[in-house]
Amino acid sequence: MNGAHDLGGLDGLGPVAVEKDEPVFHSEWEKAAFAMFSMPFRAGFFGVDQFRYGIEQMHPAEYLASRYYEHWIHTVEHYGEKAGVLDRTETERRTQHYLEHPDELLPQRDDPDLLAFVNGVVKTGAPAGRPSDAAPKFAVGDRVRVIDDSPLDHTRKARYIRGKTGVIELAHGTFIYPDSAGNGRGEDPKHVYTVKFESTHLWGPEAGDPNASVYFDVWEPYLENA
Amino acid sequence: MSTTESPLPVTMQQRSDAEVAARVKALESIMIEKGIMTTEAVDRLAEIYENEVGPQLGASVVAKAWSDPGFRERLLANATEACAEMGIGGLQGEDMVVVENTDTVHNVIVCTLCSCYPWPVLGLPPNWYKYPAYRSSIVRAPRRVLRESFRFDIPDSVEIRVWDSSSEMRYWVLPLRPEGTEGMSESELAALVTRDSMIGTGPTATP
Repeated sequence: MNGAHDLGGLDGLGPVAVEKDEPVFHSEWEKAAFAMFSMPFRAGFFGVDQFRYGIEQMHPAEYLASRYYEHWIHTVEHYGEKAGVLDRTETERRTQHYLEHPDELLPQRDDPDLLAFVNGVVKTGAPAGRPSDAAPKFAVGDRVRVIDDSPLDHTRKARYIRGKTGVIELAHGTFIYPDSAGNGRGEDPKHVYTVKFESTHLWGPEAGDPNASVYFDVWEPYLENA
Repeated sequence: MSTTESPLPVTMQQRSDAEVAARVKALESIMIEKGIMTTEAVDRLAEIYENEVGPQLGASVVAKAWSDPGFRERLLANATEACAEMGIGGLQGEDMVVVENTDTVHNVIVCTLCSCYPWPVLGLPPNWYKYPAYRSSIVRAPRRVLRESFRFDIPDSVEIRVWDSSSEMRYWVLPLRPEGTEGMSESELAALVTRDSMIGTGPTATP
């Protein structure tokens, strides 16, 4: 979808604001929000591509103006409600309750399996590589063009590379295809390539840096021969 | 003559930090009751990224690559496997690619579409890496952004390569070894490796 998340090339957002001595977490709520990717993932709310699509469906104004982990909360609520685990009315009721009683302690529960999951998943990760018998259609050195279309749902085909021509620099093998998995249609693995785009081609001879380029990863269906 | 208020085009909700905190607590309490979360697991996960997994791990990899040509070659050929030799890897670094700075090439990483970042070697990303200003501009005018926002000058003669982490590959930068570091041990070298030098937005420290 052509959402506000697709930021490459947007102008006017000002200089990068670097926070001095930024802590890993600014507050206790950021710690809890951070846990709301891996733990609901374990509970089957979403895969990483769906998680991203939930964020992309925020209103553009809210997306741009909210704190980072508010994006995560948005997608957790989106999928948690779909899963029937969360209910908007109950979320609002409890939010009001904790606003009025900020020091009230959370319910306590022991869950050694969850703790073991946390310690394990940090080390092992959740690889997105998937085997496939499909032969690659492209090879390193090929000149390719990114197909210029605008899917209505989840894609990683950023607007700024659509219709642009580049050269394949790396071939990575087959991975979960976000345009399928992110839209709840299964993993459907596809070959992934890194394509090099010259800055002057992306932005034109005036705005583009004559000695810079962007390396962007694409899934095979994004490409056609150039 | 009558006047009417002009309506806003967007009904937007901006929450205070206290409102977000209460909402997160509400969601957490429900998910604790439903068997999905515990406060103990939340605290443990946070502790891992506050104290155990951070840029000191990436710095140790860089220092080893500077000291051991065979390791450097393995790191550039397959960063995931080379890091695993040092017991480093995992979530958001399942498939890592290290790109090497040289006298003529400078690399910088970004994720324009979300916030992809190599957690096992750099920890969790700072806000500026996740926020719109950096993500929008670094692919468009990298030399200017590095100079104006990071006070980091890359001469026009040096090619800049911006790696937009749009897939699950996680890119990060092997910076140039600083001059005047001959004979330094790996741990002395690691102390010179900054987080930003592995993102590509800053220099290494000088000895």
